[in-house]
Parts: sequence; C-alpha cells; structure tokens
Amino acid sequence: MSELLNFHFVVDGDDFTCAGQASVQVKKNLRQLGLPPEIIRRVSIAMYEGEINMVIHAGGGVADVNITEDFVEIILADKGPGIKDISQAMQEGYSTATDNIRSLGFGAGMGLPNMKRYTDYMSIDSVVGEGTTITMKVNIN
Amino acid sequence: MKISTIKDLLDAKVVCGEEELSRHVYSACGSDMMSDVLAYVKDQAVLLTGLINSQVIRTAEMMDMNCIVFVRAKLPTAEMIELARESGIVLLATEKRMYEACGILYNNGLVGNRVKNV
Ligand SMILES: Nc1ncnc2c1ncn2[C@@H]1O[C@H](COP(=O)(O)OP(=O)(O)OP(=O)(O)O)[C@@H](O)[C@H]1O
Ligand SMILES: [Mg+2]
Repeated sequence: MSELLNFHFVVDGDDFTCAGQASVQVKKNLRQLGLPPEIIRRVSIAMYEGEINMVIHAGGGVADVNITEDFVEIILADKGPGIKDISQAMQEGYSTATDNIRSLGFGAGMGLPNMKRYTDYMSIDSVVGEGTTITMKVNIN
Repeated sequence: MKISTIKDLLDAKVVCGEEELSRHVYSACGSDMMSDVLAYVKDQAVLLTGLINSQVIRTAEMMDMNCIVFVRAKLPTAEMIELARESGIVLLATEKRMYEACGILYNNGLVGNRVKNV
C-alpha cells in the first residue's frame, strides 16, 4: 500500500481554455508508468470531469493524484460554493450550469455520474459556503 | 471504417493528421455536450461535434479517440489544431450538419456501438 508517486496541480478557475491540463498531464504520466490503457482511461475521464467541475462550478482548486501498487487515488479540493444536496447532484441530468457554460459544451449533468461510473470508489465531502472535496480511487488489479 | 473513407463520405477537408488517414475507427459518437461523450467509452471511436473549443480536443484525448469531425462548416482554432497534433488526433471538417453527417456514416456501416462489416 506504500505510495509510489504523487502529483500535485493547481487548477486555475479563471481560464476555461486551460481547464483539463492537469488531467492531460496525469494521463501522460500514467502512460509512462505503463499502466493498462483501460485503467488510464478511467482515471483520466474521472479526473477530467472533476477538474472541469472545479473550474465551472467552484472557481478552481487543487488536484492531487497518488499512485500506489494497488490503486490510483485522485483528490480534488476546492473552496467554491459547495453542493447543497449531494444525492440530487449525483443524478444523471441534474445541473445548475448556466446557458453560457452549456454553450461551452458542459452542463449535461453527466459529470458526477460519470466519475462514479469510471471509478471503484468515490466520496464527496461538501460544506455549503466552504467548498468541496472529492476523493476517487481506481483499482489497478 | 478507415478515416479516409469518412473523409470521402462526408466530403470533408483534412485540418490536420493527413498522415493518419489510413487508421481505422470502429464506432462513432455525435454530440455538442462533452459529458455525454465522456459517458460513452468505445475503442477507436470518432467524435462528431459542432462545438469549437479546446475542451473538444481534451475530451477526445481522454477517451483515446483518434478522429474528430467538425460539422456545420465549423473550423477549429489554431490552438485546437496544435493540441490535436500533440495528441495525434485527426481533425476533419465538413459542411454537412450533424444529423446528415451521422446518418451517412451510420448508413455506411459505422454504427453507434457495435461493428457491422466495415
Ligand atoms: N466542485 C463543485 N462545486 C460546487 N458545485 C458542484 C461541484 N461539482 C458539481 N457541482 C454541482 O453538481 C451539479 C452536477 O454536476 P455534474 O458534473 O454531474 O454536472 P454538470 O457539471 O452540471 O454538467 P456536465 O458535467 O455534464 O458538464 C453541478 O451542476 C453543480 O451544481
Ligand atoms: Mg460536470
């Protein structure tokens, strides 16, 4: 269970164009480590959805990725508005995104359900007015 | 289906990745909502979209997609082309609208989630 590697990223909340760069970098790093493509894809998609959410809903945040022999762990933490009703937010199609965000291709209400679908473990820790921390794990074996 | 066949069927122009046109795709996905695309994992799929921003390229990269077709005569920006080059993704642009472009590919055997004889 010892940690082999970890990566830390600051996710800028003001620049939608750059959103997703941390996930692209993680994907490259995981490829270099030679992890199976299916695992890499699941980690990348889940992290990318979470990273985009931090940018469009929370004004940015930080991302940490820990790689052990057994799993890849992704922790996304922001100091945004928080999520009032987590079970509602987890429903497919639920979104508070504005028309502006929708015109950028996001706001289908599929991000959190996708994150759940592609990971083996996911927890959402959120306090309204303080922020949100999402922890996800993808098992390697 | 070869990417070059998609190009011919859609009367599309190659924006970048000319040298990769002999690669194959086995399924397709058409959407302007990136999370809809991200919900759909299939190997070697092509993405058809009318959305123009760098997240389209990143979404395809996350999904290991190797070809994006921009519909409705939309053209990707220089920044998007650069990102696509880095990731080895072929970009095509067609004047056809989404519905028609998807219909043509489907009719020619590139079905949504399984492979017919292509
Ligand atoms: N980090 C966050 N901070 C605050 N609210 C969030 C955060 N992440 C998600 N939410 C809330 O949960 C809702 C659902 O999120 P989800 O990612 O499923 O959909 P979306 O981001 O609105 O659209 P999509 O992901 O399909 O582009 C969001 O609309 C938003 O209200
Ligand atoms: Mg989202």
